Amino acid sequence: MDFATFLIQILNGVQYGFTLFLVASGLTLIFGIMGIINLAHGAFYMVGAYLSFWLFGITESLWIAILIGLPIMIVFGYAIERLAISLLYKRDHLYQVLLSYGLILVLNEMQKILWGSDFNSVPVPDALSISIPMGNQEYPVYRLFVSLVCMVIASSMYIIISKTRLGMMIRAGATHREMTQALGINISRIFAIVFSLGAALAGFSGMIDAPLSSVYPGMGDYILIISFVVIVIGGIGSVKGAFVGAMLVGLADTFGKILLPEFSSMVIYALMALILLWRPQGLFGRPT
Amino acid sequence: MCSPILEVSGLHTHYGASHILHGINFSIKAGECISLMGRNGMGKTTTIRSIFGLTPATRGRIRVLGNDVTTLSPHSIARMGLGLVPEGRQIFPDLSVKENLTMTARPGLDGSWAWTLERVLQTFPPLAARLSNMGNQLSGGEQQILSIARALMTNPQLLVLDEATEGLAPLVRKKIWSVIQQVKETGITTIIVDKDVDTQLKVSDKSIVLVKGRVAFSGDTSELVANPDVHIQHLSV
Repeated sequence: MDFATFLIQILNGVQYGFTLFLVASGLTLIFGIMGIINLAHGAFYMVGAYLSFWLFGITESLWIAILIGLPIMIVFGYAIERLAISLLYKRDHLYQVLLSYGLILVLNEMQKILWGSDFNSVPVPDALSISIPMGNQEYPVYRLFVSLVCMVIASSMYIIISKTRLGMMIRAGATHREMTQALGINISRIFAIVFSLGAALAGFSGMIDAPLSSVYPGMGDYILIISFVVIVIGGIGSVKGAFVGAMLVGLADTFGKILLPEFSSMVIYALMALILLWRPQGLFGRPT
Repeated sequence: MCSPILEVSGLHTHYGASHILHGINFSIKAGECISLMGRNGMGKTTTIRSIFGLTPATRGRIRVLGNDVTTLSPHSIARMGLGLVPEGRQIFPDLSVKENLTMTARPGLDGSWAWTLERVLQTFPPLAARLSNMGNQLSGGEQQILSIARALMTNPQLLVLDEATEGLAPLVRKKIWSVIQQVKETGITTIIVDKDVDTQLKVSDKSIVLVKGRVAFSGDTSELVANPDVHIQHLSV
């Protein structure tokens, strides 16, 4: 592998890792703080991708599609949390799994009714549909842009969680939910905020990723499984863990396809198994 | 005449099918220091959890400053001027000491800031040196002080301390009792639950003794001290 190819694979791995992070960070927060196993989180990624496809068809601009789609995802997440998830906080995880699996079926069916079963595409915005030379190869600027945007979002998340009062409440609620309430914090509101933002992040990931991959039925299923791998590697409930886990999975998947093509589908699971053997609670998780 | 700060009447609480509290009645006036006593499993912590709405009452009424809070959510009850120092400290391990103190800081019901960060740090100097440490980096005694300080930062009308000296070394326990004494002297109404009955009796004005989820004694602590039968029957191990 020459240096240019190596560099391109690094960039691809990092970009894939960032995309995974946007989905996995919401998933890990929702599970870590609210104790909710949300199998429908991947479907939120799909909803985001289809929103960008649909809104692009109307506005002919990915930027406007994202500007309109993001608030829709926030409201969508809020509605799901209030109307469905909030009814299950005191129930066993099995109920949550059943409900969120039901949500996957409903959302997949709605997607088919609204947009059919075809594979669709969203074009890369004109201003970014260029490539930069890298050795004897070229690298698309849009991928760099996606990494940059995700980096800004990851940094904003870090600041919100580590420096703001909302972040303190989220961290406090993750460890002692009852105590947080007994100190006067409306934990239901925090849950609604976390769930809405988690849904919006997954949706945004789907929107920004749409020009890089096709928009197709059931596209959230694979990303859900990979996101669970990410949060198990990083440690459930840890955003920092989700970031490191996403980068490891992104790079392992990308290099696995190049270096071990016949085993590429196993590489990330082997990585997860190795990390769990070393740290059963994940890289940044708390021992139970 | 002012409403009692806390009024509990006919309180029944269940954990699933288990009936824990059987019609508890008591009331607390402003400025009083109450000992809530009883052997293990008699319903002390359940009473506190019910007052805070963490284990909601199944029957009866809880009033805070005359307002019925029986069906309110825990955060709404806390915001009516109740501060909790819970069993097991429950400080937030992923927050720094400063964050633990400031996250839920708020003025009292009258809008005044009797307890500010500065005052808390003056009152509890060990915390001042540990402000940037994370909660899980503190010793047990420091965590307990932090738990008390955190509750004071909500500027409560009523402070409830549940097993505040549990599991601590004798010297640290002594320090915590002196902290509780300081808090009491500021005029905050307090409910104390603790295994150290002798110190509790020295500190409190009134006492409530629970036996199997019922009030077996309620009155002045001096009366309880003068009545060794109650003491021996319901509190001796």
